[in-house]
Amino acid sequence: MRYITEYRDKELVRILVDKIRAYRGPKVRFMEVCGGHTMAIQKFGIPSLLPDNVALVSGPGCPVCVTSLQFVDHAIALGRQDDFIITTYGDLIRVPGSSSSLEQEKSRGSDIRMVYSTLESLAIARENPGKKVIFLGIGFETTAPASAAALVQARKENLRNFYVLSAHKIMPPAMAAIVTEDVKLNGYLAPGHVSTITGAGIYRDISEKFGLPVVVAGFEPADILQSIHMLLEQLRTGNISVEIQYKRVVTPEGNLKAQKMMQDVFRLRDDWWRGLGILPLSGLGVSDAYADWDAERAFDIDVEPSQEPEGCICGDVLKGVSHPTECILFDTECNPANPVGTCMVSEEGACQAFYKYGVE
Amino acid sequence: MCLSIPGKVISIENDIAIVSIGGSEVQAGLQLLDDVKIGDYVLVHSGFALQLISEEEAARTIELIRELQDLADDEPLSP
Ligand code: SF4
Repeated sequence: MRYITEYRDKELVRILVDKIRAYRGPKVRFMEVCGGHTMAIQKFGIPSLLPDNVALVSGPGCPVCVTSLQFVDHAIALGRQDDFIITTYGDLIRVPGSSSSLEQEKSRGSDIRMVYSTLESLAIARENPGKKVIFLGIGFETTAPASAAALVQARKENLRNFYVLSAHKIMPPAMAAIVTEDVKLNGYLAPGHVSTITGAGIYRDISEKFGLPVVVAGFEPADILQSIHMLLEQLRTGNISVEIQYKRVVTPEGNLKAQKMMQDVFRLRDDWWRGLGILPLSGLGVSDAYADWDAERAFDIDVEPSQEPEGCICGDVLKGVSHPTECILFDTECNPANPVGTCMVSEEGACQAFYKYGVE
Repeated sequence: MCLSIPGKVISIENDIAIVSIGGSEVQAGLQLLDDVKIGDYVLVHSGFALQLISEEEAARTIELIRELQDLADDEPLSP
């Protein structure tokens, strides 16, 4: 087993496609919440395998896409201070802030470094005791534990020059907000890797409250297709619930050790999402116990109010209200080499995924 | 960013595992998991092992798909 190729098997894909094509019910629309799914769905050409009465629509689960420009502006302002090193996952570096990006700041002399892991940020802090090293924490329950683990380690070592600037968010409030905003959906393909940490149990409220089928899906073609079939089966039988397709790594209760660490290190707070606005208790700020390592509290810095790029409808794309091609800037002014909005910057953004792989 | 990759643990030193992913070796922090052993498969995400992979469930998923083939196409249940 390699846990990848097996799920790309043509025969399995054929069986599933036949089953899905046998669906005779009314037109249904399922949302894939996770940007990783959006990418995989376009890359493997899943939409072309589906019948006309089964559609997929992208959701808000692209970390870079939902992050506010204010956060990028904040990071840029910190990077312009003397003796600061900004460390970040590569995804964020090209996001245009209000007037600059981290990439541009780097070429202008700010010390901005891409890291693969928060452990690298810690190492940079150890090697540069005279500098303040900030890690930009973005993403959902998949990346938040990595930030949490780094903070736990920093406290253990009493590493006083390492800080996290957190824009971490949690998924369920956004999934509930989309349904409440009356976006027409018949089911959720729930984010597989978020769920390895949280467990599938976190979607129970959404499923019960809105009578919505939820299937936690893996990322290979057979995983995605099987999940779609499971959603259709729930609709057919009327047994609406939360099911796990991605059972090889997802359980109902999730990774308890990681959850405990997140509870110690973060506290829930209201947070802003592109397209959805401010959602109550949807963000993760650094907890009081870790206040000394919280870049927000440690550095009082003026950040100008930020401005969203004109004409970009990324917010509506993230809600599943608009398709990337409905944006007048798509493939005219906006493309992966010159992204206008965050949905084109990120590999997981619906605009970039569709630009790269999509077929009308 | 939420991309995670399965790999096999080939060695462990303190809190860090060396994981083999499609022939290349990467480091993965074990801070988020207890009881990881050499030979286990783990899901690696931005430098950390997020979860152990269940071989049994992995095989079961494939079986379930194969079993589907033998089932007749389901009639819609009457509302
Ligand atoms: S194509 Fe570009 S400008 Fe249009 S919505 Fe997508 S990211 Fe925004």
